[in-house]
Formats: sequence, structure tokens, C-alpha cells
Amino acid sequence: MLGFTSYYFGRKKAYTIQSTNKRLTALPQFYGYYLAIWCAIPAFIIYSLWAIFEPTIVKLLILSDYANQGYLDDELNLIYEKTKALSRGQFTGEVTSLIQTSSEKYLNLRSIAQSSKVVIVLCIIIASVAYAYKRISSNNRTREPVEKFFNAVLFTASLAAILTTVGIVFSLIFQTIDFFKVIPLFDFVFGTHWYPAKAFVRDSSEALDPTMYSDTFGAVPIFAGTFFIAFIAMCVAIPIGLMSGIYLAEYASYKVRQYAKPLIEILAGIPTVVYGFFAALTVGPFLKDIGTAMGLEVSAESALAAGGVMGIMIIPFISSLSDDVITSVPQSLRDGSYAMGATKSETIKKVIFPAALPGIVGSILLGVSRAIGETMIVVMASGLAANLTLNPLESTSTITAQIVVILIGDQAFGDPKTQAAFALGMSLFIVTLCLNIVALRVVKKYREKYE
Amino acid sequence: MNKNKEKLLAKRYSSEKRFQFLGKSAIFMALLFLAIFIFKIFSTGYTAFQKTWLIVPVNFDAETMYLDANPSKEDLEEADYFEISLQSMFNLDKNANEKQQNELKKMVSYFFEREIKQELINDPSLLGKTKDVYITASDDLDQVFKGNYPRDLPENQRRVTDYQLKIFDQLVEQGKVESKFNLSFFTYPDSREAELAGIASSFMGSIFSILVCLAIAFPVAVLAAIYLEEFAPKNRFTDFIEVNINNLAAVPSIVFGLLGLGILLAVFQLPRSTPLVGGITLSLMTLPTIIIACRASLKAVPPSIREAALAMGASRMQTTMHHTVPLSMPGTLSGTIIGLAQALGETAPLILIGMVAFVNTIPGSPMDPAASLPVQIYIWAESAERGFVEKVSACIMVLLGFLIVMNLFAQIIRHKFEKKWS
Amino acid sequence: MIKISAKNVDVFYGKKQALFNINLDIEENQVTALIGPSGCGKSTFLRCLNRMNDVIDICKVQGEIVINDFNINDKGCDVVRLREKIGMVFQKPNPFPKTLYENISYGPTIHGMAQSKQEMDEIVETSLKKAALWEEVKDRLHEPGTGLSGGQQQRLCIARAISVQPEVILMDEPCSALDPIATAQIEELIDELKKEHTIIIVTHSMAQAARVSQRTGFFHLGELIEHGSTDKIFKNPDNTKTQDYITGRFG
Repeated sequence: MLGFTSYYFGRKKAYTIQSTNKRLTALPQFYGYYLAIWCAIPAFIIYSLWAIFEPTIVKLLILSDYANQGYLDDELNLIYEKTKALSRGQFTGEVTSLIQTSSEKYLNLRSIAQSSKVVIVLCIIIASVAYAYKRISSNNRTREPVEKFFNAVLFTASLAAILTTVGIVFSLIFQTIDFFKVIPLFDFVFGTHWYPAKAFVRDSSEALDPTMYSDTFGAVPIFAGTFFIAFIAMCVAIPIGLMSGIYLAEYASYKVRQYAKPLIEILAGIPTVVYGFFAALTVGPFLKDIGTAMGLEVSAESALAAGGVMGIMIIPFISSLSDDVITSVPQSLRDGSYAMGATKSETIKKVIFPAALPGIVGSILLGVSRAIGETMIVVMASGLAANLTLNPLESTSTITAQIVVILIGDQAFGDPKTQAAFALGMSLFIVTLCLNIVALRVVKKYREKYE
Repeated sequence: MNKNKEKLLAKRYSSEKRFQFLGKSAIFMALLFLAIFIFKIFSTGYTAFQKTWLIVPVNFDAETMYLDANPSKEDLEEADYFEISLQSMFNLDKNANEKQQNELKKMVSYFFEREIKQELINDPSLLGKTKDVYITASDDLDQVFKGNYPRDLPENQRRVTDYQLKIFDQLVEQGKVESKFNLSFFTYPDSREAELAGIASSFMGSIFSILVCLAIAFPVAVLAAIYLEEFAPKNRFTDFIEVNINNLAAVPSIVFGLLGLGILLAVFQLPRSTPLVGGITLSLMTLPTIIIACRASLKAVPPSIREAALAMGASRMQTTMHHTVPLSMPGTLSGTIIGLAQALGETAPLILIGMVAFVNTIPGSPMDPAASLPVQIYIWAESAERGFVEKVSACIMVLLGFLIVMNLFAQIIRHKFEKKWS
Repeated sequence: MIKISAKNVDVFYGKKQALFNINLDIEENQVTALIGPSGCGKSTFLRCLNRMNDVIDICKVQGEIVINDFNINDKGCDVVRLREKIGMVFQKPNPFPKTLYENISYGPTIHGMAQSKQEMDEIVETSLKKAALWEEVKDRLHEPGTGLSGGQQQRLCIARAISVQPEVILMDEPCSALDPIATAQIEELIDELKKEHTIIIVTHSMAQAARVSQRTGFFHLGELIEHGSTDKIFKNPDNTKTQDYITGRFG
């Protein structure tokens, strides 16, 4: 807030300066920007540093009173939390005199901090503006530093993507490492019993006892279920998606293409939770009824329902990507084949399809990666119990469904169950990352070939 | 030889026909799925926009409410409405025994007391008189009236008792049951009772999340795209950034949920279940989409424009900010809207950061706990009560409506403002 | 003997008319060159002869084109059979992204011309020999066709075209993407091929038309201005426009 006020303040000031200053080496705005940057940035830095360190310092100051009275760390933290709660007027428990006094002290410290912060930030602003002002009157060039500054801002923004990736890795890795400290990697990767509900920690001494978790976190049924459902989905999506992509690219008239393509793409825009509802409410019971009519036992939450609906969701990805890929095959190859007397389907099957194959494979891999990472459909339509089965009529569970099941509601960090979810997330991230990298590379190579 | 050739040709043509047929049926299948889908949602959902009301005569007896003849506004607010509300329900069947009276009470929503109170506050002159008041029917009777309830099940397998059905049918015959537009679906927050549940809280949650997402993702993404497209040197580091962006666009959304949980909640200690955290998480997801769209539209600006500006002596920064970026804005904006539409439909990451909590107040800021529309769909879809099924479909209709509007808007921006470079 | 005879051919691209009332007879086992400035419709006319214009949605062809007493613009005409008899070589070499062998065997396979692997080998060999490419590539028949040089690629395309023993070969500026040496090789090849095939070649280069063809047609703005023996067109044209074009005054 303060930073922004000073920004406008600084710019206004700068405009007045430029009206009196006649010899300028850059546009007047640049002097304004220059001053504003000098005004805002140092103040902003100080302000943020202050905001970060203030709570810690206040805490230290308050707790220093009790530091030598033999409290445990946990108790000290509790005192501090109670103090804060009381100061905000949200305290519900019994108010002891200890907390009462420390709360008064807390409020006192906070108000001192508040006012000194304002004073210091204002001083910094005045100092830096004065410095910049002096630089301006000495008739320096201001455009370069201002542009350099903006360039740095742009660069920082472009780091956001990397920061996100780093953030993902960081959020996953620590919990995962903690998890594997308790559960051996071997048990996780090759164990065949997944039953996280068993890992109910009664007290903290049990939490680190590995024997408690034997046969609890074997992820094989989860991995198998994930790939199985993805496989069912691709069985639906590949033929339909590929054929409709081919038809749209090669056969459809302009009019059909104009309407059919966006209509199919609507399927991609429907939120996955809607698909999940559809699968759970309509497809699941429908399959169950058919199964009962044929004398088969079909679970209402069968892998077939979840996989099938997921396949419908993936159709547009495959169809529009393969449509793109096929359209980018040069017309001269088609002409060459037609001129030999080939029919359209022969041309497609024998010339265009092989030429477009890398791109199509890439689009299918991206589809697989989506199927593996899809969450809501499986959470709502497939089972939550991890069965190791290859029967599409039974219920199975997936990585994503297990993550949601474990993490829905309150979680305690440090509990192996929560950590298991992060370990699952890590494996999901690694698998999809590999698929994506391979797929993107294949598609990119293909594009370069025909450009 | 010639005969063989004829045969082969016939075969080739039939295979051509088969192939075309396959292609057509694939398209047909895809469109059929879409049609079934939309039909199913609409046919189950449209009834949710109607709500069933019972018209019950209420005797606003001052004595029962402990009011004097000329009560002030405060008195009206504080009066005891429970007794008259209960009495008016019991009056539907004067011979009811205690168990039946209890069933009578359950024929309407537990809001009935409040509805009766509102009636009197709106018109204080009713005091001491009897008036027909519209009272929200219970969700099960609502379903009965809409014809969605399996009445022929044995009594012990349904929640509506035979007695309730009898009274209800009598009311229907007397014309005392009415179906009206369900305004409360849009103005009420979530509730455990299907007849009172509305989308207001989750709707506001969605709006706040999307605004937070827009406020973060749009500036960062545009700046990043400008840097990568206009300023970045071509080296391994920028290649790395690019690979990163493309990968992020394909990372499963639930992983972003884990990021939100592991970093935003656990490390930065941001408040759980709030649209603020939801919005930040969604913005990280939307970032690559917007960057890619913005870069594409920057790329579409022909180099001749840049060269013209540079030749006038403008700096790189000036050229970019004055010419290239404004020209690329339509593409960027439509990409942003599409990215936001995706974020609006996202569920899994929000569940992980706790936006799935039951919230029965309408959030007033991004720092208040809230759900979002897709999460609301999930919550209701998981509830067992029959009344929620139509609510889910109706909520889906609202959500899809928003998505369609956003996508249309993106299309319009693209077609209307985007310059075609020949 | 007349092989192809076009009568009153009009071609439209959407609303725009590209060819106006073309009447042209083409002699068997001769090389006919079609010349004219860019955009005059000579390629469009060539593509009418094997109905390649069908590929373009907005293109409409009217009039009669009779080949072997059969009007190919008839509804009953089977384009697949037509194109088997009339091969085509394009401006830019367009080998399929497959091996050399597969490139040549493509046509015979789809038309079911070889009963055994041996027969197919024979067809591939003779086609490549006829296209004067055999010696250069016989050791790498199973390498991709896209790895050849431009001239070799174009001869590969010619070999591909003759593998199905077409009666007519259409060539759409076959040398425009090639260097002079490769051009000379192709021209030599054309001379050889005319013994067994009727050849129609569209070319930009008047020198090339004079070198390879026996008959020439001159197109201008979608009209066939003049046609006759190459000698006559080049030495003593009837029409002043032809005269101007030949002598390089426009085009």
C-alpha cells in the first residue's frame, strides 16, 4: 500500500521537475519512472523484510521473558498462540494472568512496530527520492536504467514457470523422503496391499514404528488400477478420436468441419467433475443393469464406467491434435498418391498416416498422460478400495483417487498416511513428466520436419 | 486378368466406403455422447429451478406470540413464532396423533418458522388475523410433486411416510400446493437440507478464486511472454524455461493441489479453504496457458511493425510496449479467458486445499472459507439425498452456462479485434 | 493418332473462371508442351486431364475431355482407373516418406499388378531403369526416398509414375526445382519415354519446350491462343501474342 502511494507521489513530483528542467536527454516520462522506481523499490524491500521478520522478533521478545522459567518449546509456542488469540479477541479458553500480561505486551510491541515501520519506510522513501532527484538534476541519462529495470522485471516474471516447477518438486519431495524413511521404497513399489486406513496413528511413539505399516502401503494395486483405467480410456478414445480426426481433416466438407469440430471440442471444455457425476449417476448404474440382465456381476463403480467416460473426455484431445498433425502433412504427398490412382482411404492409410505417425503418437501420449492424471472422474465413479484386478467390471482405484481420499478433510503433516499421498503425487508427477517430455519432443520434431 | 482387376477394384472401393463409414460413425459417436450428456443434465436438472410450496393458513395470534396489540418493529423481530408455525402445520389434520403431528412438521423445511416471521414483518397488520402463507415443502415432497419420487416402494424403504403422502395428496387436490421459480437456489448458501441448498456461497467462492487467479496469472504471464518472445536471448536457459512452460501445461491438476497444500498451506501458513489459496493455486495452473496464448499472438505480429518502430529510433522497450503488445492484446485476452474458463471448472486442486468444507455462509472476501461451483457439484453429488440429484444437474447447468459465455466472449474478442496480417 | 481430345473445356475456381473454352487434341506417343506466362491456366488444364482438380473443393470443370473414346468428365468415369492410365509428375519432387522400393511399389501394390515378390522386384527394377536411376540407387533401395538429391528425387517420381505403365504421363514443370545438369538428364529421359507413353509437359522455359516437344500449345489469360507443331509455333506463329511471348516481349 505504502509502496503504491509513494509510486504516484514520486511520479507527480518527477513531472514537476521535468517542467522546470529544459535540457533533457530522455523523454520526460522516463524521469518520472526513474524517480518512482527509486521511490518505491527500496521502501518496498524494507517493508517486505519488516513484514517477514516482525512476527519472529515480536515472538522472541515476548517469549524471552519466560525463556528461563523451564518451559518446553511446545509450551512456549502454546503460550504465544494463546497470546495472539487473546489480542485479536478470539480467545475462548480460560484467561490466565500470564497470558493477560503477555497479551498486553504483545499489543504494545505491535503498536511500536507499526509506528516505527511507518517512520522508517517514510525516511527511506525521502532518502532515496532525494538521491534520485539529485541524480536527475545532474542531467544523467535515465532511459537506460529504467529500461534495465523493466527488463529485470520481465525476466523475473519469466522465472515464474521455473519457480512453479521447483515449488511442485519441493512440495512433494520432503514429504516423500519422510515417507520412505518409514516405509521402505521396496515395499511401496512392489507391495500388493494398499490399505491406508490401517495406518491409524494412536500416539506419536507408534508413528515411526515401521512394523506397524507392513502390508499397508504397497502401491502395486494403485499403479495397476491407474494404468488399467487409462488403458480402458484409451481403448475408447484412440479409435473414435483418431477416426474423427482423420475424417475431419480429409473427408469432411468445409461446412461439416465448421460445425463438427467445435462441437467435439465442447467435450474438452466440460469440467471433469461433470463427467464424474455423469459416470457415477448414469453410466455406472446403466452398465450394472446391462450386466445384471446378462447375468454378469457388475459393480456400480466399475473400472469400465470410469474408464469409458474418461475416454469420452479424451476424444477431443486426440481428434484435434491428430487433425492438426494430418492437415500439416504437405498436399504434394496427397497429390502424388492420388495421381498414382490411389483411393482416398489408400492414400490416408499408406501415405498420410505413416507420414503423420510421429505426431499422432505424440498426441496419444499426451492423451495417456491426461488419463493418468485425471482425478474427478475416478474419485466419483470408480471405487475407492484398491483391488488388484484386471476385470473391468470390478471396481479399482487410481493414484489420483487415493490422493484425494487421503487428503480430503483435515490432514496432519508428519502422518505416514498424508506422506503416502505425497509419495503417490511424486510418482504421478514423474510418470506424467516423462510422458509429456517424450510427447512434446516427438510433436516438436515432427512440426519442424514439415515447416 | 481383366476380371481379376475388376474384382480388386470392387474390393478397393468397398474398403474405401468402409473407411469413410468408420470416420463418419466416429464423429457420430462423439456427437452422440455430447447429446446424451447434455440431454441427461438438462432433463434431470431443469426441475431444480422450480420449488414446491405448501400454502398453509397461519393464524397470527398475538397472544401465542407473546405480543401486545401494537408491537414495535423490535418486538416483531423478537417474538416467538415457533408455536404459531407448529400450530398451523398441525391444523392441516386436526385429528393427528403425536407421531403424525411430528410427521406433519417434517413436511416443510425447517425454515418454515422464518418464512412465517418474514410474512408478519412485511405486513404487521396481519397480527391477529389468519392468512395463507407460502411455505417451502421438504425436499422429498418437492420430489414427489415433481414426479421423481418412487411412491410405489414399500413404506419402510422411503423417507416419506404414507401419512405424509395422504395429507400431501389432499393438499394437492385443494390446490394448496404450488410450484414457483426457485429463487433461493441462487440466493441461499449451501445447506444440508436439499430444499434450502443454494449456490450463492460456492458461486461467490468461484468468483473470488477466479479474480485472484486473474490478478496473479495475467500480469505475470503477459510479462513472461513478452520477455520470452521479445527480449530473451536464445540460449539454453530460455530453452529450459520454454520446456518448463510446455510441461507445466500438461501436469495433472491434482499435482498443483499438492503444491498448494504443501507450500501455500504448510509453509506460508495461508488460511485453509479460502478462495485466496484456491486462486493462487489456480493461477499457477493457468499461467502456462496464458503464456502460450500470449506468445502465439506476439509471434503473429509481423516483424515489419517492429522494424518500422525501431527504424524511427524507438528503443526495444518502447517498440514492444507501444506497438507489439497492444497489437497482440486480443489474442492474449481471449487466451486468458479460455485459461480462466479452465480454472473455473477445476475441482481436484481445490479439494486438496480444503475448499470442500461445508460452508453455510456467503463469503464476503477471498479470505473467508468458501467452496466453488465445481466443488459444490462434487459435494452434492456425494450426498445420498434424492433432492440433491437435480440440484447437481442445475448447478452443472449454471457452470456450463458460465463456461459457454466465457468461451463465446473469447471468440468474439478474437474475431472482432484481432487484426489479420496478410 | 489422337490420344486425348479436349472440347469446350471451362474451369472455374469458385466464381472466377480460370479456363475459357479450350479445344485441344493431343497426339499419341509425342511430347506436347504447354507454354505461357504464370497464371495462364496451363497447369490447371493439365490437372483436368487426370481429374486432379477434384482434389480442390471449389474447382469446377465443364466440357468434354475424351481419352480413348471415353469422356473423363462423365459421371460414370472412375478416377482411380483413369489415374492408373494417366500418370503425373509434379513441379516439386514429392517422394513419399518411405523407402525407394516402397515408393515405386506403391502403385503396383494398390492396383494389384504383381502376384509375387519376384514380380514386384522386376517392376521396381524396370521402372528405375527406365527412369535412368537404377545404376545410382540399386544398392540402397531400402533407404528413405527423401535422402536423394533433387534431380534424383524427381527421377524417382518419374519412375513411380511409370511403374503402373500409364498410357499418358503429365508433367507439371518437372524441372523448375532442379539445376541445369539434372534438367538435362530429365529432358533426355522424356525423349526416351515418349516411345511408350504420350507425354504432356507444362514448362516455363521456352527453350525446354523447343528442345523436348513435337507439338506446342500457347496459353494466355486462360485461353488457348494457338497450338500446332513446335516448329511452327516457334518459327512462324499465326498470332501476334504468341509471337510477342516467344520473342520475350512479355511474360
